[in-house]
Amino acid sequence: MEQFDVRGQRLAALCLLGLVLFSYPVLAVFNVHGTIAGIPVLYAYFFIAWGALIALMALVIERRRE
Amino acid sequence: MLETWVVIVIAFAYLALLFAIAYYADQRADAGRSVINSPYIYSLSLAVYATAWTFYGSVGRAAENGVGFLPIYIGPTLMIALWWVVMRKILRISKQNRITSLADFVASRYGKSALLGGVVTVIAVIGILPYISLQLKAVSASFTTVAGAVPGLGDTALWVALILAAFTILFGTRHIDTAEHHEGMVAAVAFESLVKLLAFVAVGAWVTWGLYRGFGDIFARVAAEPALSPMLAPFGGVGGDYSSWIWLTMLSMLAIMFLPRQFQVTVIENKNEDHLRKAIWLFPLYMLAINVFVLPIAFGGLLHFPSGSVDADSFVLTLPMSQKQELLTLVVFIGGLSAATGMVIVETIALSTMVCNDLVMPVLLRMRALRLNQRADLTGLLLGIRRGAIVLILLLGYLYFKLAGEAYALVSIGLISFAAVAQFAPAALGGIFWKGGTRRGALAGLSAGFLVWCYTLLLPAFARSAWLPIGFLEHGPFGIELLKPLALFGVSGLDQITHAMIWSMVANVGAYVAVSLLHAPGAEEHRQATLFVDVFKRPADAGGARVWRGSASAPELFNLLARFVGLRAASDAFAEFSKKPLPEAELVHLVENQLAGVIGAASAHIMLASVVKEEALTLDEVRAVLDEASQIVVYSHRLEQKSQELERATQELRAANERLTELDRMKDEFVSTVSHELRTPLTSIRSFTEILNDNPQLPAAERARFLGIVIKETERLTRLIGQVLDVSRLESGRVEWHESLLDMREVIEDTAASTSQLFRERNVRLECNLPGRVPKVRADLDRIVQVVVNLLSNAVKFIEPGQGRVEVALAEDGGFLRVDVRDNGPGISPQHHELIFEKFRQAGDPLTGKPQGSGLGLYISRRIIEHSGGRLWVESRPGQGACFSFTLPLVSEAALAA
Repeated sequence: MEQFDVRGQRLAALCLLGLVLFSYPVLAVFNVHGTIAGIPVLYAYFFIAWGALIALMALVIERRRE
Repeated sequence: MLETWVVIVIAFAYLALLFAIAYYADQRADAGRSVINSPYIYSLSLAVYATAWTFYGSVGRAAENGVGFLPIYIGPTLMIALWWVVMRKILRISKQNRITSLADFVASRYGKSALLGGVVTVIAVIGILPYISLQLKAVSASFTTVAGAVPGLGDTALWVALILAAFTILFGTRHIDTAEHHEGMVAAVAFESLVKLLAFVAVGAWVTWGLYRGFGDIFARVAAEPALSPMLAPFGGVGGDYSSWIWLTMLSMLAIMFLPRQFQVTVIENKNEDHLRKAIWLFPLYMLAINVFVLPIAFGGLLHFPSGSVDADSFVLTLPMSQKQELLTLVVFIGGLSAATGMVIVETIALSTMVCNDLVMPVLLRMRALRLNQRADLTGLLLGIRRGAIVLILLLGYLYFKLAGEAYALVSIGLISFAAVAQFAPAALGGIFWKGGTRRGALAGLSAGFLVWCYTLLLPAFARSAWLPIGFLEHGPFGIELLKPLALFGVSGLDQITHAMIWSMVANVGAYVAVSLLHAPGAEEHRQATLFVDVFKRPADAGGARVWRGSASAPELFNLLARFVGLRAASDAFAEFSKKPLPEAELVHLVENQLAGVIGAASAHIMLASVVKEEALTLDEVRAVLDEASQIVVYSHRLEQKSQELERATQELRAANERLTELDRMKDEFVSTVSHELRTPLTSIRSFTEILNDNPQLPAAERARFLGIVIKETERLTRLIGQVLDVSRLESGRVEWHESLLDMREVIEDTAASTSQLFRERNVRLECNLPGRVPKVRADLDRIVQVVVNLLSNAVKFIEPGQGRVEVALAEDGGFLRVDVRDNGPGISPQHHELIFEKFRQAGDPLTGKPQGSGLGLYISRRIIEHSGGRLWVESRPGQGACFSFTLPLVSEAALAA
């Protein structure tokens, strides 16, 4: 089926990955005091993970057809 | 504080600029050179998602609980990852069916139901009111903050509502487009998205590096402040628990799909499906960018202002104002204005389209007294309805702001709307993936979810604002604790949104699925369901035109279209398709499609019914046509089966061919063996008879001996020919079987007696070990005797004369009677155990060993035993003798009695 091409599946997998990254218990791991380069751990985690997810989405969708 | 008039002038100048952009884009669109046909503009227009909520409210939310603003943007990011599957399908469906709004989409999916379209519209309008009031509140509050209250003008929010209404009317309802495209609006919204992002980043950067010394500085100060430091690890404390965070993520995932304005920019205004590719990562990137400075601004505001002295929702403005940054303040004000106006314009245009096409028109068209069918030009009426709807919606938004909005923070107001539009998810998503969803199911689900939403979110909002008695919240209606709106059925401990989401989704999905399964869909529903769910399986323009039967005249259709879209557009549409003559059904489909683009599928359907004499389609007919696609699948499946069968047949043929070749070889062997076998006795008969003939004076004794040999050879010849005949009869099935009850003891004893001469000749001892009594078997006596004779003569044949010994045993063996013929001859090597039962096969080297028989005896014997229901086999090792055994089934007692 066309709508379930490889790209769609990879993106769906990224959605699932995101659901895991941004829910309990992963969030609890980072819900601590302390900083990374001056940024509180939790907030640093949010923006890094979020940015990485977007980068992966861009990679999957923009990659040339195999 | 800035001069009031300066702010007003700049605000209007900005709105005028937006209008100029929109006007330019519209001109370009009319000239056929669209400016918005780009994935980047498309992505920016999607950012209409970021409203005053994002611009002002996120900071307020962050100042309250740290992380609470994030799920509103992370949720959509996750959802967008699914867009390649979900949104592409919605886009394709919408283009094929000329969908004009979310209500149209849902109504169209469930059999072009006007009722369902109306319900969706009502839910959308009521659900979105809080959201619009949020924008009014934000704009009026920001104006008051920047410019101060204007004396003599009264309520700022009312003015904002009216100005925005006028502006939206100018923007969105200047003319009627056959596809509901608003290119000017999209261009302006994309521009606004840029402005608000730049404004927010500007103020964020100024707070971070101007007011403080970078991110580290702000966070370090927060960590040092005991009152604020819990915000750095907020979960389980100020940030609420994880479950409400996750529910907010889910809620936002649905909102990004089903907010009417998101549906408008994502689906209706989409120029090219392929733009989705860039938008899938650009739009999330936009959301990430606009959120980077939320926390620095929120914490900066909390650090800067004494606790509680300034509303956190206004930090974005009040921080630069406190430092007399007038230009920056103005930029921020314009950014906030962009965010709010973008949302209001797109949302009210989307809603007014829904109100017009799915609520008002279906009702008007059914009121025969209005004689709308006879009106020559309805475009004016359509525009009037839309303009009225825009004003009404904004005034209702203002009313909500007055009644309930003032008690809530911005984000809390917006979330109420999110929860309302989430109610569309089951019907809409279910509709594109599940053919079983029905109109009644969608109606039931939407209504149930919406009622729960009203009860758990809308009414409490009114109660909080003292428009309903507060006791209603604290003790439930009429003091019934179980029905407390914030702790329905005693479920407490959840925040309000999570609580409402859980109960409304349970009611919505439950009702949708249950009612859908209870009632079979009608013909029209079935047709639409197939069109929607199987959109990728059908050719692009299969559209469903052929699923129609009726009659209509082309002039009538033309007049109908012209009344709604104007003479020129109608001529264009007809001209485009008049190059080649169209079948009537496709012409009707074309007109319905064009009409649907203006007044929605449900209204178009009603309208068309007035000029088209459509014969009612039976469900079976619709199924028959629609299932064409699935039939093709069935055909291809059958084709596949056929080719597999062919392959199998080929293999069988090949096997048969090999078998034939083998048989051919065996036949050759047979012929040569038989001729050899026949020639041997014939040769000796001939030579002895010649001797007898040539020598009449031979002594009598000699003559008698020669005659004996001739007789023996003749017997051998007869036996051989008999066997060959037996084989041919057995193989062709022409053998007559005379079955009777046999006592095997008698059979063996008789046979042993008749072959005793043979044993004596070769000096071989025959021993029969027979039990006293054995059960009888049913078989052909002559044939069984033939088998026993064959086995005995075989045994004798291969044994060295002198010390040879053959033993015949009879025994019962589990339902069978077993006969063993054991000899102490040379034995048979294992590789020959099966071979010897084949035709003309004999153990021993055919080159050196002289064949001792025809090679047919064992073959015939096995056929006979197998026909009688038993088995014949050999056990032997070279040098240790051989034991041939066969079994025959015992006759059951019952059969004996019968």
